[in-house]
Amino acid sequence: MTDTTNPTAARVDSGSMLLLILQARTFIALILVFVFFSFAAPNFLSAANIVIMSKHVAINAILAIGMTFVIISGGIDLSVGSIVGLCGMVAGWLILNGINLGLGWSIQFNTFEIVLIVAGVGVLVGAVNAFLITKLNVAPFIATLGTLYIARGAAMLSSEGRTFANLNGNPEYGSDTFRWIGAGDMLGIPVSIWMLVAIGLFAAYISRRTPLGRYIYAVGGNEKAAALSGVKVTRIKYFVYMFSGFCAAMVGLIIASQLVASHPATGDTFELNAIAAAVLGGTSMSGGRGRIGGTIVGAFVIGVLSDGLVMMGVSAFWQTVIKGLVIVGAVVIDQAQQRLQAKVALRAQAALG
Amino acid sequence: MAATSMAPTDQAEKHPIGLTIRDGVKVYPGTRALKNVDFDLRMGAVNVLVGENGAGKSTMMKVIAGVERLTSGRITIDGRDVVLTSTKDAARHGIGMIFQELNLFPNMTVTENIFITREKTRAGFDIDMASLREETRALMRRLEQDIDPDTPVGDLKVGQQQIVEIAKSLAQNARILILDEPTSALSAAEVEILFRVIDDLRGQGVGIVYISHRMDELIRVGDYITVLRDGAITGSQSMEGVDIPWIVRHMIGESSKDFAKEIAHDFGPEVLRLEHIRAPNSHGSFDVDDVSLSLREGEILGIYGLMGAGRTELLECIIGGNTTYKGEIYVRGERVSDPSVAGRIARGIALIPEDRKRDGLIQILPIRENMTLSSLSALTKGIHLSLKRELGVVRDFIRRMTVKIASPEHEVSSLSGGNQQKVVISKALMTGPSVLLMDEPSRGIDIGAKAEVFRVMRKLAADGLGIIFVTSDLEEVMQLSDRIIVMSNGRISGMFDIADATETKLIEASARGHGGGHGGGHGSGHPPAQPHSPAAGPEGRGTEIHAAEDASR
Repeated sequence: MTDTTNPTAARVDSGSMLLLILQARTFIALILVFVFFSFAAPNFLSAANIVIMSKHVAINAILAIGMTFVIISGGIDLSVGSIVGLCGMVAGWLILNGINLGLGWSIQFNTFEIVLIVAGVGVLVGAVNAFLITKLNVAPFIATLGTLYIARGAAMLSSEGRTFANLNGNPEYGSDTFRWIGAGDMLGIPVSIWMLVAIGLFAAYISRRTPLGRYIYAVGGNEKAAALSGVKVTRIKYFVYMFSGFCAAMVGLIIASQLVASHPATGDTFELNAIAAAVLGGTSMSGGRGRIGGTIVGAFVIGVLSDGLVMMGVSAFWQTVIKGLVIVGAVVIDQAQQRLQAKVALRAQAALG
Repeated sequence: MAATSMAPTDQAEKHPIGLTIRDGVKVYPGTRALKNVDFDLRMGAVNVLVGENGAGKSTMMKVIAGVERLTSGRITIDGRDVVLTSTKDAARHGIGMIFQELNLFPNMTVTENIFITREKTRAGFDIDMASLREETRALMRRLEQDIDPDTPVGDLKVGQQQIVEIAKSLAQNARILILDEPTSALSAAEVEILFRVIDDLRGQGVGIVYISHRMDELIRVGDYITVLRDGAITGSQSMEGVDIPWIVRHMIGESSKDFAKEIAHDFGPEVLRLEHIRAPNSHGSFDVDDVSLSLREGEILGIYGLMGAGRTELLECIIGGNTTYKGEIYVRGERVSDPSVAGRIARGIALIPEDRKRDGLIQILPIRENMTLSSLSALTKGIHLSLKRELGVVRDFIRRMTVKIASPEHEVSSLSGGNQQKVVISKALMTGPSVLLMDEPSRGIDIGAKAEVFRVMRKLAADGLGIIFVTSDLEEVMQLSDRIIVMSNGRISGMFDIADATETKLIEASARGHGGGHGGGHGSGHPPAQPHSPAAGPEGRGTEIHAAEDASR
């Protein structure tokens, strides 16, 4: 560190070049995966297939966006898969039964109201997570593991484990448009993709251009220092878990609408896919680092990979192994990038004398 | 206890030299921590080591303990040259060091702690617990302590934990034992026990190095004294005839450095008043005990005291990091009611924490984001943060504070200690404070950066800011302060106008009331101040951490 004064210029350049490649690695991986499958899998590049694939990806990507904020803040949210299931059941119940107050009549809702209520349920579970973590000092892993079971159990109880089928809604109540969420499109692009775009842009804006976003990174980077700098840590944690719950609720709606049914086991292990996408996109599990854009690209890599392998006829078992290898590889490369980045910064600093 | 008048030959016979350093030089990037030191460690005696912050005491001991290596110079043990590359290496040569922050596993028993990584096994894997327990008992008998080998270490008092650390070193046949500020967290009774153990060990021929800031202790327990200043040894002799003025003279030197010339200015009205602040700790006593003070605009108030005196805790009460305190705080005559840090910052209070790494900076975020973290609302319209204005403000502060950086987008961890400190100061100043709290602002930064930080402090005061700064450095507090408060055991034990403050008075006041059962320095959740060396991080529980910290500067 002390003797690197003169020959640094050239090395800084080559270092920066390599750094750039490493930083863009997820994107490069996505392009490689795309190119590979467009040769290896027939019809891979057809418009219909791209749309189907994107719809698959959107589900995981929306969850992963919420997860990214949680992980950046230094936490983890294992409950998102269960929230997906619970919110699907809530949506199904509301469409089929409305709310029966036991007075001989029931309240029925239109699609918009159902979306609001379901979103509220997701946010509420997120708030419970945040309450456990901030006020009761439960470790995020344990707190959200608990809500994972509670929410899943509640979903099962809501229908005694049965499926709510035929969620076509009722034109009289204005809930017949429910199917549009999963099946409709605007300008030829499915609604779920639009939702991904909207949530993605919102989250990216929050993370880059608002104090709230800055605080999320600060809390994850060093909670004590953030608190002493005047960041209201509790409030930030409430936001990230509630936002994660909101994202999960949206996914619950999308799936229930796509299937025109809601099953209480929906969303099982989705949280792991969301974590994988975030990590693949460069989010650090120790907090403080990560990008919404990276997470979305990460979700696309995972989604394209699994759909492409299906189209190639690779066995589901091998798919799982390949997915695991990609995730481990991504984290190993991430470590290398961090080291290089620190080195480049130190060298530039040392060059100042 | 100390040997009475002896001829040099007598000394050599009674206390043979066990270890020597000759021409020891240790260079860190940007600083020379040790400058050609010659040090003799005498066996069967207590060799005390004193010096101010960053004088090189800890560096020298780390060299002996194998944590650091000399840049140049020789170490000999029993007349033979040795190279100590690791703590294991040092342990093989019979050297053990007990760090200020104990290096124990609270969840494991005394026996398990003493023999960790050196467990005796049958057939290579089955731990022979019975024999380890027996050895532990023997060690405890040797130390005359009644500690059950099966007690989890976490259940022991801090003083007993220290005994366990000593036993751990003895179990490795340590003949040289280095104690780094061993009494800083102990109660008076525990100190007595420790001194008895030290006496016994001395009788058994163990060479003890004893680092402390408490002058009365040094004089009581020491046989030989070595004083360090700025990495050089300024005095080394037997303890005979040594008194506090002698030590202070050698610590400070005759001609003191001039940090910053006083810019004459008048003080404004009162800007901060504290009334009866008391902060309880988890041990049932008080970290801060009934502190009242007042600060005027443009005034620099120095708070001097030893580690664990409650200075850092007091600042935490003022900034709102501690919410369990009782008492009132007034800014410009108005009571501060908002308990949160954000509320305090809004009222014009800003803190520069003692431990930059842990409390001051978010290491993995860029310099820019660290600087503006406390003042983002000023750069925001609605919810939209103006990155352009942010960069403008950051550039402005980088220029004003003369922060040397390649780019504001680099991670703050790539900066040197001095530049990191300037980032922390910038962050505090960006909030537009009227009261600035600075906790050991010169800790871990080199002399040049130090002078700049002090110049900035002077200028801020001249601009009407009220500054409270905490330091364990006598020279600093004398040079910079308009008024000095000395804290001891959570209380204000002395208040001096700069005109009639002297080093001796401050030291005496800082030792007042010690041994009053203040056992709560550690484990109370608050970072104890660590005045002895910039090289030792507060999380310096283990040798690796120490080494890593040094390397990163």
